[in-house]
Amino acid sequence: MDFSTITSYLPLYKEAFLLTIKIGWIGILLAFVLGVVSAFILYFKVPVLSAIVKVYIELFRNTPLLVQLFFIYFGLPKLGIMISAQTCGIVGLGLLGGSYMAESIRSGLLSVSKSQLESATALGFSKSQMFFLIVFPQMFTMSITAIVANVIFLLKETSVFSAISLMDLMFTAKDLIGLYYRTTECLFLLVIFYIIMLLPVSIIGTIVEKKTRFGMYGD
Amino acid sequence: MEDILKVEHLHKEFDGFSVLNDINITVKKGEVVVVIGPSGCGKSTFLRCLNGLEEIQDGRVSLHDEVINPNKKNLRKTHEKIGMVFQSYDLFPHKTILQNVVLAPVKVQKRNKDEVEKEARKLLERVGLVSKADNYPRQLSGGQKQRVAIVRAMIMNPEILLFDEVTAALDPEMVKEVLDVVLSLAKEGRTMIIVTHEMAFARAVADRIVFIDGGDIVEESSPEEFFENPKSERAKRFLDSFKYIK
Repeated sequence: MDFSTITSYLPLYKEAFLLTIKIGWIGILLAFVLGVVSAFILYFKVPVLSAIVKVYIELFRNTPLLVQLFFIYFGLPKLGIMISAQTCGIVGLGLLGGSYMAESIRSGLLSVSKSQLESATALGFSKSQMFFLIVFPQMFTMSITAIVANVIFLLKETSVFSAISLMDLMFTAKDLIGLYYRTTECLFLLVIFYIIMLLPVSIIGTIVEKKTRFGMYGD
Repeated sequence: MEDILKVEHLHKEFDGFSVLNDINITVKKGEVVVVIGPSGCGKSTFLRCLNGLEEIQDGRVSLHDEVINPNKKNLRKTHEKIGMVFQSYDLFPHKTILQNVVLAPVKVQKRNKDEVEKEARKLLERVGLVSKADNYPRQLSGGQKQRVAIVRAMIMNPEILLFDEVTAALDPEMVKEVLDVVLSLAKEGRTMIIVTHEMAFARAVADRIVFIDGGDIVEESSPEEFFENPKSERAKRFLDSFKYIK
């Protein structure tokens, strides 16, 4: 392995890294918002909307991100909607992630037992008080593990963005290998940058999990 | 004494299957009514009908003169007046013991938080748990949790307290610590309806025993009369099942 090559590639990787993080996190934010809204719609069994949400979740959970991206990137322009590769990446990641987040958050909502809700009812809480004081705070404890896992999964999924020519980490690595055949160095850097991107998420995720773990155990 | 709770011709079905047929009962202020009967006879359902947790198909349940109807908007007011303690304690796991007790009076009754906390500590002291005020439910034993659940219901100052097999999920050793609390409430003159399988406790605490089987009140009498001299065959058989032959 040649370290001078590595140093000379670093700026390119850095740029790709920043782009990946940007698209990744905006996409995840979108996924989270979509997930929360979808989960609430399912939890409260909102008529019509919950049917739509169910179709959305099954559609996006059961198709690969790459296929979804192709539909958005090559399909939408045919309908006259032009969007940039970046927006396409964000929307694609958001839609895929939203379906995963929705299920994780819904399972958190459902983890609050019916008997606990009955005992809250018996204490005179209104439906909205019950939701915001009792269900909502517990939802996070119960779904945080799954949410963190989703975040890591989604950040890794950004690697398929190279297929719609976004200059992300994967694209940069493939590009450089194609140009200079420095496979070892390029892949080494690729692994390192993914770890730099994901390790902090894992560590912070574990800490958050421990901090929010007040309930459910020893019950 | 004035009548607090009145149940008239209560009829309850689950999917066409009749669980309670024609229940009539009146509870006076300060009275302790113990409901006993075999498993699945409708005791718990009966209690749940009293505070609107279950819809009823026919008849009427009224607190003072206000009819309790699960579909009615003012059911929340009713819930403030009827306290209920469940078999599974159901403390809120994300709140400390003190917060569990304080939450409803502050949020539902809009009482002053400092005063409520003071009262909560006093009540926790009474059940021997003030030292656990800042612990989370998962750090408590079943019996301790159930005592907290009783405090949580009491602090609302309900006019009537319902106990649904509050010791059924507890280890034998913890049963007494919970029942002692209930007994002390009875001595205070609180109005209570208690569903239990603890016969010795039922006898000690009750002013009146109501024996339910197959969705009907089979027998209703004083504890002495019921345990010494049950009138119905069914009650005799039921009581016999608690006797062991050496």
